[in-house]
Amino acid sequence: MANNSATVEIHIRRRANPDASPYWEQFEIPYRPNLNIISCLMEIQKNPVNKAGERTTPPVWSMNCLEQVCGICTMIVNGRARQSCSALIDNLEQPIKLEPMSKFPNIRDLVVDRQQMFDHLRRVHAWIELDGTHDLGPGPRMDQEDVQERYAYSRCMTCGCCLEACPQYEGDNYIGPQAIAQVRLMNMHPSGKMNRAERLEAIMGEDGITNCGNAQNCVRACPMNIPLTRAIYEENRETVIHGLLGWLKG
Amino acid sequence: MSSNGMKIAVVGGGLAGLAAAMKIAEAGHAVDLFSVVPVKRSHSVCAQGGINGAVNTKGEGDSTWEHFDDTVYGGDFLANQPPAKQMCEMAPAIIYLFDRMGVPFSRTNEGLLDFRRFGGTKHHRTAFAGASTGQQLLYALDEQVRRYEVNGKVRKFEHWEMLSLVLDDHQVCRGLIAMNLQTLELKAFPADAVIIATGGPGLIFGKSTNSMVCTGSAVSAAYQQGARYANGEFIQVHPTSIPGEDKLRLMSESARGEGGRVWVPRKQGDTRSPSSIPESERLYFLEEKYPAYGNLVPRDIATREIFQVCIEGMGVGGENQVYLDLTHIPADVLDRKLGAILEIYEMFVGDDPRHVPMRIFPGVHYSMGGLWVDFNQRTNVPGLLAAGECDYSIHGANRLGANSLVSCVFGGFVAAPAAIEYAKNVERNGADGSRIYDQELKLQQEINDRLIKQSGNENQYVLHQEMGKWMTDNVTVVRYNDKLKATDNKLLELMDRYKQISINDSNLWATMALPHARHLANMLELARVITVGALNRNESRGAHYKPEFPDRDDENFLKTTIAEYSGEGPVFSWEAVDVSLIQPRKRDYSKGKKEAAKV
Repeated sequence: MANNSATVEIHIRRRANPDASPYWEQFEIPYRPNLNIISCLMEIQKNPVNKAGERTTPPVWSMNCLEQVCGICTMIVNGRARQSCSALIDNLEQPIKLEPMSKFPNIRDLVVDRQQMFDHLRRVHAWIELDGTHDLGPGPRMDQEDVQERYAYSRCMTCGCCLEACPQYEGDNYIGPQAIAQVRLMNMHPSGKMNRAERLEAIMGEDGITNCGNAQNCVRACPMNIPLTRAIYEENRETVIHGLLGWLKG
Repeated sequence: MSSNGMKIAVVGGGLAGLAAAMKIAEAGHAVDLFSVVPVKRSHSVCAQGGINGAVNTKGEGDSTWEHFDDTVYGGDFLANQPPAKQMCEMAPAIIYLFDRMGVPFSRTNEGLLDFRRFGGTKHHRTAFAGASTGQQLLYALDEQVRRYEVNGKVRKFEHWEMLSLVLDDHQVCRGLIAMNLQTLELKAFPADAVIIATGGPGLIFGKSTNSMVCTGSAVSAAYQQGARYANGEFIQVHPTSIPGEDKLRLMSESARGEGGRVWVPRKQGDTRSPSSIPESERLYFLEEKYPAYGNLVPRDIATREIFQVCIEGMGVGGENQVYLDLTHIPADVLDRKLGAILEIYEMFVGDDPRHVPMRIFPGVHYSMGGLWVDFNQRTNVPGLLAAGECDYSIHGANRLGANSLVSCVFGGFVAAPAAIEYAKNVERNGADGSRIYDQELKLQQEINDRLIKQSGNENQYVLHQEMGKWMTDNVTVVRYNDKLKATDNKLLELMDRYKQISINDSNLWATMALPHARHLANMLELARVITVGALNRNESRGAHYKPEFPDRDDENFLKTTIAEYSGEGPVFSWEAVDVSLIQPRKRDYSKGKKEAAKV
């Protein structure tokens, strides 16, 4: 048996399909410098034998860009939701524990279905209402400072770390920081502003922005350092004013 | 469906696919959009540096003609010129459209779009959103397509993979067969036209800068069903990537566009830390050899020079790496203009590139070759179109940095009306009914069943690794005919061994094993197209370099390589290049274009 420094021990929370019960399975692979979680999983996939030396089914996970920009490979690594591509073995305590995200339906092993996040984007109309894609010249001029705030929101890769960390979010009961930041992104834009009312109304319902409990876990969990709590603050203010105006007009 | 019942299928949800889907939906027609990952997670997110368009707001006298000239000169005159010209003319409007969609492009003091310099040009022509421009452009199109999804024009089939086209008895494309990646259910999707926009085939080389979905599998399937594949041998190796265990991570050309300098210590084996090596003892080899363009020579040239320096043992620490140095630029400027890519380096290497020069090496990045298309993005298979990296047009023998984003959108914008026009006029094959779909479905199901059942002792991941190593060693920066021949023999051996693979996963629900096995078969076919194409081309042009034939040979090889599938392997023919607008001239980046033209 090789000593600990020459191997990587990984425990994976597995599930054959959504109806099966989850269980833990342990793996051990040879250590090399600069490994990340993905390269370990690839190694296991190549030769799916568990630590006890038994043949098993290869663990299944999601991956694509491997540069922490597509968001797909998010999982819980040693208790924290993050992208597995940028989780380097040399920085992790062993045995390394991998689990699927808990706030989304578990498909198999480490794969989850995050469709609800894309549904949120549909609901809040996270787009600019273009007159058309024909040539109408440049867009509105913008201050670089505003652009930088918008750029920060626009880096959201829909990974779900914020929702995983949010104590309020459970079973899609709350529109959540991810979608609220996209409302902020669109409402800040000079053309996007023109449709701000429909976005505000989309986050004013029972499962809307007022569900935020101000735990501020989201902003700490975000791998892209998006100022999510600022977005929630700004949009909360906007919805209050919008609600008041509606009531006065009403 | 729209009133006339027209339906167009778009395969691939990156920039090109979404651009096409948006245009078709905007014209009022129904789109079925297929993607192996949620479209927002497509490989386009990895594009970093920017998008080219000669907007000429910097008072440099830039023009769309100059952009066009840089593009064909950079591509070593292998591109058909009319579509390249059309793209450069459309580029400013494309950038403005993204501006209107709300992309947070970096701005000037007046609030106008800012532009930076990129390789192969002397002009500030590249609009950028930090250093994550591809991500920002993809999201803008994702948002617009979502809008059409809400109003019912677009149906998304995410986590569905195209396995093959459905062709009728006259070889006309009538739709496609796709596989649900969770259930492995196969289904036929009839369509009046199909647009393939599935990106590049980087995974053929094992490790590359490409995302894991970039297998070229759907394109290879189309090729095996009769679509012609053009200029396959032209593979761009990006000069600056970060070697990793699982992939080669891109370090954007924008690092050099913003002033980054490439160097190695002048003294071989110098072990001092980079900051303690004085300026006079550093070899800025690109600047010395190419005074006119310096670090911003086109990628094929920068890659060969870095490769050569390392082969000569001059690499940093004697290894395959050179410095890419940004440390002379103020940290706040770097954060604003390049933040996203510096974070990637820091995250995966651990050093802070604001204070320590980065260590980089070339990595497989982009395929200039792809499905043959005419000037309307139509392949030779009626009803099948292609757009984006998966088609061969625009870039010739070498792509300029920041031309890929614009070519993807351009391709999508041209393919969409061409597909609509075709679908309007196509005779619907009512008589065939469901027969052709049932036949193809059965064929594809049989392939799956066979793979699931077989239990040989070959490991598909080992085969993939072997293919990647052979292709990287022999079919990238420097190519020799004997090694190309040996690589082709190796590929034939791997194809043979592929028949003995076992998929090794008894749980078929959401398995990764069966899709990978399908990809691998398709990758091997395309690998042969690339390798034998390279073997046949006895010259050096753009990214294709043979020391045995070091010069460009216009007399014999100013022509497009065309590969057609046969049971015995690719059959090659040649097609003339349309050079009707700019007379081919020698590339010389040691001098400015005007000076070089005088010689």
